Amino acid sequence: MSLTASQRRNAELGLGLLAVVITVGGYILLALAEGPSLPPNIWFFLAVLIGLYVVAHLAVRRLAPRADGTLLPLAALLNGIGFVIITRIDRDANDQLAPSQAVWTMVGVAAFIGTLWVVRRVHLLERYRYTFLMLGLAALLLPLAPGVGREINGARLWVRLGPINFQPGELAKVFLVIFLAGYLVDKREVLAAGGRRVAGFRVPAARHLGPLLLAWGFSLVVMLLEKDLGSSLLFFAVFAVMLYIATERTAFLLAGAGLFVTGAAIGYAIFGHVQERVSVWANPWPVASGQGYQIVQSLFSFGSGGFAGTGLGLGSPDKIPNASTDFIFSAIGEELGLLGTVAIVIAFLLFVAAGFRIAVQAQRPFPKLFAAGLTSIIGIQTFVILGGVTRLIPLTGVTLPFISYGGSSLIANFVVLALLLRISDESAERAVTPTARAGALARR
Amino acid sequence: MNRAIRRVGIGVTVLILLLVGQLTYLQVYDADHLANDPRNIRFQLRDFSKPRGRILTSDDQVVARSVETGDELKFQRLYPQGALFSQVAGYQSFVFGNTGVERTYNNELAGRDPLLQIRNVGDLLAGKEPIGNVVLSMSASLQAAARDALGAQRGSVVVLNPKTGEILAMYSNPSYDPQPFASHNSQAVQDYEKLLRANPDKPDLPRAYRERFPPGSTFKVITSSVALGTGRFTPQSTFPVLTELDLPQTNNTLRNFGGEACGGTLALSFQESCNTTFGQIGLDLGNEFVPGMQRFGIGAAPPLDVAPGAAASVGPPPGSFQTNQPLFAFAGIGQGDVAVTPLQMALSASAVANNGQIMQPHVADRITDGDDNTVKTIGAKGWQTAMTPQVAATVTQLMVSVVERGTGTAARIPGVSVAGKTGTAQVQGAAAPHAWFVGFAPVEDPQVAVAVIVEHGGSAGSEATGGRVAAPIAAQMMRMVLGR
Repeated sequence: MSLTASQRRNAELGLGLLAVVITVGGYILLALAEGPSLPPNIWFFLAVLIGLYVVAHLAVRRLAPRADGTLLPLAALLNGIGFVIITRIDRDANDQLAPSQAVWTMVGVAAFIGTLWVVRRVHLLERYRYTFLMLGLAALLLPLAPGVGREINGARLWVRLGPINFQPGELAKVFLVIFLAGYLVDKREVLAAGGRRVAGFRVPAARHLGPLLLAWGFSLVVMLLEKDLGSSLLFFAVFAVMLYIATERTAFLLAGAGLFVTGAAIGYAIFGHVQERVSVWANPWPVASGQGYQIVQSLFSFGSGGFAGTGLGLGSPDKIPNASTDFIFSAIGEELGLLGTVAIVIAFLLFVAAGFRIAVQAQRPFPKLFAAGLTSIIGIQTFVILGGVTRLIPLTGVTLPFISYGGSSLIANFVVLALLLRISDESAERAVTPTARAGALARR
Repeated sequence: MNRAIRRVGIGVTVLILLLVGQLTYLQVYDADHLANDPRNIRFQLRDFSKPRGRILTSDDQVVARSVETGDELKFQRLYPQGALFSQVAGYQSFVFGNTGVERTYNNELAGRDPLLQIRNVGDLLAGKEPIGNVVLSMSASLQAAARDALGAQRGSVVVLNPKTGEILAMYSNPSYDPQPFASHNSQAVQDYEKLLRANPDKPDLPRAYRERFPPGSTFKVITSSVALGTGRFTPQSTFPVLTELDLPQTNNTLRNFGGEACGGTLALSFQESCNTTFGQIGLDLGNEFVPGMQRFGIGAAPPLDVAPGAAASVGPPPGSFQTNQPLFAFAGIGQGDVAVTPLQMALSASAVANNGQIMQPHVADRITDGDDNTVKTIGAKGWQTAMTPQVAATVTQLMVSVVERGTGTAARIPGVSVAGKTGTAQVQGAAAPHAWFVGFAPVEDPQVAVAVIVEHGGSAGSEATGGRVAAPIAAQMMRMVLGR
């Protein structure tokens, strides 16, 4: 890489302050939509924002100095815009979500620093892959446990810890990706080489494929039991992608697609709520005031926003149910227009591109696959929810990374961010050590 | 693994580009359609979230104005005139949408008309919102006089300028208070609507332009015009003196009012409102009769600028004379298949007053901006050519004789020559007939045309005739307009 560690960090600081400026600008515009005066707490807000960013940035300087310099500013930008929009929806919906989102952001930054601090070497995670499998499955099962589990909006995803509700499934995704990366790296050669041929496919031996399918099937069943279609879809896709990357065999991708179609067909046949989602997706208009209400309101928001949007604070995003969580992008579409939505989609594209670049640059298999898996979570989750709210695909509720309201999701995303930076730092560090440099030269 | 990672990266990029495509579709290509879908609450909120222009009368009374509220909809309509103007101004309701002038001129009131857009930077900086006011051609004092003249009687009064089509007053009793419709409490609005709907008097029905009645003898204005227009009839054409007319194809007869014997010239028959003569004219006109009525606009909805628009008046089916001859005799005296709105009768009188031309009726005179500068004038446009100026002049003389020495003497105004025609329209069943009067004044230079109906004779009941009950109300309206 051409950039030195200090160049990367300086770029990270500069870009991050730009993200702060954009966030504060949005916060001020929001207040100006109400009347000709600045928000009363603007200086406090600015100080906290800069403080949070500088703390995160200094942690990276100290703990992962050679890491990629674009991910943290992108996360800050998305998180900041999300906070402004949540504040805005609070105003019309008479909610108090923004203060708690602020607290969750601080907890997220703490989790980010903590992850960088604790995970000094990525291969430590590889060693504990089965532990993470257990942790992941336990986290998935927790909401089903009587007493602690809670059902909210028809999905049993929540765990009550004292006064706060938590979605352990968000972190389970990260744990399961750790396991998958570790397991696949370990077994990828036998999986790729395959065993017997069945119908033209080389199918790996059951003892290699077995644990994988078991873990995968188990987590899918649990998510279906919790009626969390979005996470099932997300996890399924991430699994297929990681299997494909580990083995480089397109057949696994096709098999995954085939399994998905089969699973979807079975789900459609068995579950009434799956049929409802699909029929509402195919044509929401006849049920615009019934089951299609959410998606139709979402489409109205996008249409009403048009190219340039109504302007921050001047639309009616509180008309969309769950505007602060799953449908936050529709609120952005109404007030910031196509300009805003495409800007955010591009920010996600840059994030995902940086993530895959980190994966490509990683020298060793585990961090490579792990980075690709983590990036896939963000990329696919973004597509699943944005495709859902724009009616590109049937709607399944997942959060929009970094933007949606929600503590569990924010914390998980910050942990993903920290892990990507850790992998990036490690690769850059190996690249500058003499042996690695010699190896790199030899490869040229 | 790098090759596979790159491929996955490309795959995710393609998915994200698909999103951009879908967003472009929603926010550019399909945006107008989505934004203006009536189910999109923003479409309604848009008009409630900013000030809205006033509706004013020609004598500067406020019919509708906006006040700021503390709630989500931000602005609410006030209707200081209450039931007096509700059937014209309508209401802006969050639950039921807009009706009346509030709907017809919604874009102007909401300031969306391009003529009303901010024209200078000063207004923009001052935070001025573009709004438009609708100034009606109707006067509050005339409207109130119409209301007071009707009193408790069910009926309608339509007063208009025959040369321009400007409506000066249009009131029907009973009416309703529009204010509860403007409430932001949707349950209260729905309850109020149910209450109105359950009322058998239908107070929310604008009878003046949306209800049809048999016109009775006032229709003889149209029958005469059509007959004279054929060239086969003159005021001196004579008819036998009869008490009843034998009708073809049936054993029924067409009887004169009170069983009296009448006839003679067409002019005398008009003056005395002789049914047998006009029944015979209806038969003589045959299939020419319906196209003649259509030239008055019967069969078409007058292009009134009050949403949801005026009802069309009806006559016998065109070309049906051979199979339905008795109904053409009854049509000649404004009975049978003929049913008209009071507005249509006022327009018919205006046709005679305006050399045979019927102008488009309109309640709005002009649109003004926030500084009360006129930005648009509604103006006079022709609607129908009912007859030639020569026929109109002849019919005028017939109508003058009605007021001077016929059935309509109660419409006389000292010093002003008034043209008119009375009607006492039989209704089905045992109910008392409707009392009608149509007319215009002054004959030399008509300024006002009027139609009055008092349903079922009003307080006079079965003793009522158009001349006794409706003509005095019409005379009062014309006197007020002429300043007499």
